[in-house]
Amino acid sequence: MRIYMDHAATTPLRHEVLEAMLPYLTQVYGNASSFHAEGQAARHALDGARATVAGLLGCKPGEILFTSGGSEANTTALVGIAWAYRHRGRHLVVSRVEHPSVLETARFLAQQGFRVTELPVDETGRVAPEALAQVLDDETLLVSIQMANNEVGTLQPVAELARLAHAAGAFFHTDAVQAAGQLPVDVRALGCDLLTLSAHKFGGPKGAGVLYVRQGVELARLIHGGGQERSRRAGTENVAGVVGLARALELAVQERAQVASRLEVLRDRLIAGVLEAVPGARLTGHPSQRLPGLASFVFEGGIDGESLLMRLDLEGVAASSGSACTSGSLEPSPVLLACGLPVELARSGLRLSLGTATTEAEVARVLEILPRTVAQLRKVHGASLA
Amino acid sequence: MRAYLDHSATTPPDPRVVEAMVEVMEGDQFGNPSSLHALGLEAERRVEEARRQVARLVEAAPEEITFTSGGTEANNLAVLGGARALARRGRHVLVSAVEHPSVREAARRLADEGFEVEEIPVDREGRVLPEVLAERVRPDTVLVSVMRVNNEVGTLQPVEDLIRVVKERRPEALFHVDAVQAVGLTRVTPRAWGCDLLTVSAHKIHGPKGVGALWVRPGVHLIPLVWGGGQERDLRPGTENVPGIVGFGRAAELALAWREEAERVRALRRRLEEEILRRVPGARRLGPEDDHAAPHILNLAFEGIRGEVLVHALEAEGVYVSTGSACSSRRQATSHVLVALGEPERWREGAIRLSLSPKTQEAEVEAAIEAVVRQVEALRALMGE
Repeated sequence: MRIYMDHAATTPLRHEVLEAMLPYLTQVYGNASSFHAEGQAARHALDGARATVAGLLGCKPGEILFTSGGSEANTTALVGIAWAYRHRGRHLVVSRVEHPSVLETARFLAQQGFRVTELPVDETGRVAPEALAQVLDDETLLVSIQMANNEVGTLQPVAELARLAHAAGAFFHTDAVQAAGQLPVDVRALGCDLLTLSAHKFGGPKGAGVLYVRQGVELARLIHGGGQERSRRAGTENVAGVVGLARALELAVQERAQVASRLEVLRDRLIAGVLEAVPGARLTGHPSQRLPGLASFVFEGGIDGESLLMRLDLEGVAASSGSACTSGSLEPSPVLLACGLPVELARSGLRLSLGTATTEAEVARVLEILPRTVAQLRKVHGASLA
Repeated sequence: MRAYLDHSATTPPDPRVVEAMVEVMEGDQFGNPSSLHALGLEAERRVEEARRQVARLVEAAPEEITFTSGGTEANNLAVLGGARALARRGRHVLVSAVEHPSVREAARRLADEGFEVEEIPVDREGRVLPEVLAERVRPDTVLVSVMRVNNEVGTLQPVEDLIRVVKERRPEALFHVDAVQAVGLTRVTPRAWGCDLLTVSAHKIHGPKGVGALWVRPGVHLIPLVWGGGQERDLRPGTENVPGIVGFGRAAELALAWREEAERVRALRRRLEEEILRRVPGARRLGPEDDHAAPHILNLAFEGIRGEVLVHALEAEGVYVSTGSACSSRRQATSHVLVALGEPERWREGAIRLSLSPKTQEAEVEAAIEAVVRQVEALRALMGE
């Protein structure tokens, strides 16, 4: 039995979603920009998907911009605001624990002459609202802080941060990629101006994402060309992907409350079990303000996160050291370093992320496998707990 | 009979492409290629297989292929990323007057960033002449972009000669070729041509929408467009669209056999042109003579008739064509390509594009001929009343 505990990296495509997509890979293949009926059928599907997504997020269809995924949406948010409003100011604020698509974009903009503040977080991964208030000034164009962290699951006080940004005359963007499907995502309640979603994190297809852009907010284009997406994002629309995204979001929102409370129980059992059975295990992130489906740990005694993953994989458990995007590199996790962990511990991160299909039996099985695996690893490397 | 002759706008995915995609969309084939566990490695293996398939279609090495969300993004990455990377060595950019909007608009953005963007004029057939380009290359030229096959009139550009005249004068300048309409039916060999960057798109070769690729010559540095977690060797981060990429790979593999169909497709296009021009008075072909044309794209104009009206009339008969580029059809009344060819307004207004694929059947072509003859006559009769 394979156990998949890497839902924060990607989720299985739901069967209902595949069914919704298939007609747009077969019969309805028109280019949504074509005048003729073949094109208009595709256009109609896009419009429907846009209305569905808007309804679920609590906004208007015209405020939904479809992208090729979360990274493009995050890049577009930062670059789009920076370029559109560059004459108004040149200061941007992000947190140190943002996804690389936000951090790397901010660093690119810093090279382009923008002033970028990377806000620190406390040991639980939280941004303190007071810390944001201190760095905001007249020049601040945009604050970008995620709803929930992808490595340690910490939730940010987004609504409060958005209020502070607005009070200083800045726009507020939130990366809600990890939140969708587990937390309520209502753009009005959050008070954000821009918000990012990625379909494959909530049972939808890879290659489809959303950027919500509040009406009235100007956004320079990242990808130039034809007039698609109201001239804000050129390129022939990925109709099947967009239809799949809308269907997946619909299911995720419908089931969210129930799924979230079930995941919380499983997550807490996992956390309690690991902390009890694995000596030297520490929970990372916030003890309570965390994603319902995400448990994350570090292990004392020189455990190498990657070796641990390989061993777990051999035991049939798919997990991650942190973000899938940065795994493969030997660098310690920047998120764990930002939480104040020493380098050695920041190399030992383990993320177990649960999803709608995760069962109690799987959690129980992981609680058998993990303590044994950590112990073996320590034995092999001759590591001991101080 | 139904006839879909709008393959330059998009093509229906081949059933074998859909099958390959569904295989990685259902069951337990859903991994993230960046994940270290078995599921992730399997997804990575699939992506790398597709990379080899796409590389084979453009006769290049797999590591030279970067997947993007489509042709438009690949063109943007080439034009914006290439020019920005070389900005310190010069700020002069040349693009042909008949480029796709994704190249033209990206170039316009470069102009906003302080680059000097110059359009290379074309002749009546839509060709960029090497001597015309040669005159415009300057010591501060950093990027030249000329498409291989024009999407509205089908002109085949002499890219090999164009690349040579640029490289002789300014070896540091990057040469980008948009091969979106060319790949499949014509041979696309960026390495042999000597260009630096080349764009292809899946949904024009019976692959899925939402995926394309940029071929990048080894050693060429680009500033990324999308930033993030290091995928596609940092050039195009973001979780890979595994099913889309797998579908693209399969479509590329199938398209290897297309060149054998090129002459059949060319004959069908000639038949369309000859029959319609023979039977309809006041009709003209816009664009290149046969020896300068790709096999599959035909632009015809009818005096006194608006192309848009004819497109709708044909649609009522089940014949799907377009007025020009789908990308600009929603907002642009007049075609920049036809303007660049020097076509007067009365012909531009009456233009329609018929675009074929190796899957096009003779019966579809015959149905389209009859429909065009009938509808042009009917529209003219209506206007004459």
